[in-house]
Amino acid sequence: MNTDIQEIISKTGTERNRLLPVMQEVISRNNYLSETAMRDIAKAFDISAAEVYGVATFYSFIDVSRLGRNVIRICKTISCDLKGKTDIINAIEKHLRIKLGETTPDQKFTFLQTNCIGWCHQSPAMIINDKVYTELTPEKAIVALEEWE
Amino acid sequence: MDNRKINDIEKYKKRVHLMFSELDIKAALREINALAPELIITELITSGLRGRGGAGFPTGKKWEMVSEAEGTEKYIVCNADEGEPGTFKDREILQKQAAKVLLGMTACSKAVGARKGFIYLRGEYSYMRKDLSAQIEAFHKLLNDFKIDFSIELRMGSGAYVCGEETSLLESLEGRRGEARNKPPYPVTEGFMGKPTVVNNVETLVYAVYIILEGTDSFIQMGTKSSRGAKVFCVSGDTPVPGIYELELGMKLSDFVDLFGDDDTKAVQVGGVSGYCVPRKNFSKTIIGFEGVPTGGSMMLFNSSRSMYNVLHDYLEFFSEESCGQCTPCRIGCQQLLKGIEQVKRGTKHSSYLDNLREIAETMSIASKCGLGQSVAHPFISTTDYFKEEIIY
Repeated sequence: MNTDIQEIISKTGTERNRLLPVMQEVISRNNYLSETAMRDIAKAFDISAAEVYGVATFYSFIDVSRLGRNVIRICKTISCDLKGKTDIINAIEKHLRIKLGETTPDQKFTFLQTNCIGWCHQSPAMIINDKVYTELTPEKAIVALEEWE
Repeated sequence: MDNRKINDIEKYKKRVHLMFSELDIKAALREINALAPELIITELITSGLRGRGGAGFPTGKKWEMVSEAEGTEKYIVCNADEGEPGTFKDREILQKQAAKVLLGMTACSKAVGARKGFIYLRGEYSYMRKDLSAQIEAFHKLLNDFKIDFSIELRMGSGAYVCGEETSLLESLEGRRGEARNKPPYPVTEGFMGKPTVVNNVETLVYAVYIILEGTDSFIQMGTKSSRGAKVFCVSGDTPVPGIYELELGMKLSDFVDLFGDDDTKAVQVGGVSGYCVPRKNFSKTIIGFEGVPTGGSMMLFNSSRSMYNVLHDYLEFFSEESCGQCTPCRIGCQQLLKGIEQVKRGTKHSSYLDNLREIAETMSIASKCGLGQSVAHPFISTTDYFKEEIIY
């Protein structure tokens, strides 16, 4: 079993209601849940790998395919839409030379859309990993990208 | 920000400052700890406080049901899975007044006899996890000082709107897909791990603290008969003063638009995407509250530059993506409504097809398993009622 997962589980235990926290911890370290990770988790929790996969794929912040080191999630919902999220998307796409849903070839960024992130009064907004960026302009969005390695 | 507008809002007779006011937490905890459980519940029932998450179930009644439920293992869950578009108050409350929320959970635990509580915070708010954990830890020390046997654990969501629905939330908390349960049984008898559970919104818990400490009189004086007290509103969209404002419930939408609008407001979406679209002609006859149009806080204003087709399209995309997919009316219905308005717009379907779509929406409101699918008809019917031309042409 992967040492990361062993270490996480040693802290959380394997009660069924700990499944999500375990997955979330793996995500915060690796950005995605690999097939091996899911199998390891299933074994530790004594449930089927399909069950783990079923839970994982329910949640939009738990990815089961490889993402870049940093994940950009730009809000696409109504208030951010009204305030010009499309301009921000265009600027980021142009800067990173990828489209929404894609990862840069150097694995530095994955660029995704997400539903309302709760910053409607300071829209448009996006999250990079856990960090929130609000009242974006195309220029501010590009500066934000430069913070990340 | 428009300073003149802000000034008007501050002077408005129904402007309230309770939620973010300062409170001596230790003294408050001492006071709450000395109260009899029955008294807490009676106070809450008398106050008329209703849940601030949107559904508006009487809070005191909920606590009473859990206190009367059989068994000794009971739970408190603070619902901080604030996913309704246009809502961002719980984030602000937890950021600025987390201790009041923890106090509310403790009061609830005392009233119903629970020893364990959870805060379920949406994944989108992970940035505040560290601070909130530290606050919980500090609060645990305080509980320990008073020898109160109650602990609170922070759990995170992972990006699923439907988990704001209480039974979906409980499923998620138990480590499963966040799919809504059949009701009954309700969480008050069979909640977390099948045990009686109170699920309360963040804001509700803080108002409960206010009522318990200050008594019911001042709370009852605010609002209207069906909508007692105040509420934290989240104002966004076409407004010169977007932000968070605490106001008495029961105000007229026309007053609201006078305060927050940009003099060109053509519609307000009250209650987020699962709420209702109110057009300008109805502003003066619409009450914001349970006797009129209820809201969990979301107030989105649209001015005449906006296409209501685009607005409705955005909502339907949202619902199609966030529908959990377990029940057919919602899974298929959301997709068909979205596809349907696109076809009407393109002209590949006759405009009368909108009537078929409205029938689908009505079916969804009856046949869907949870609040998500049931509420799609609210924005769909109201928007197509008042802005039919914009949807078709």
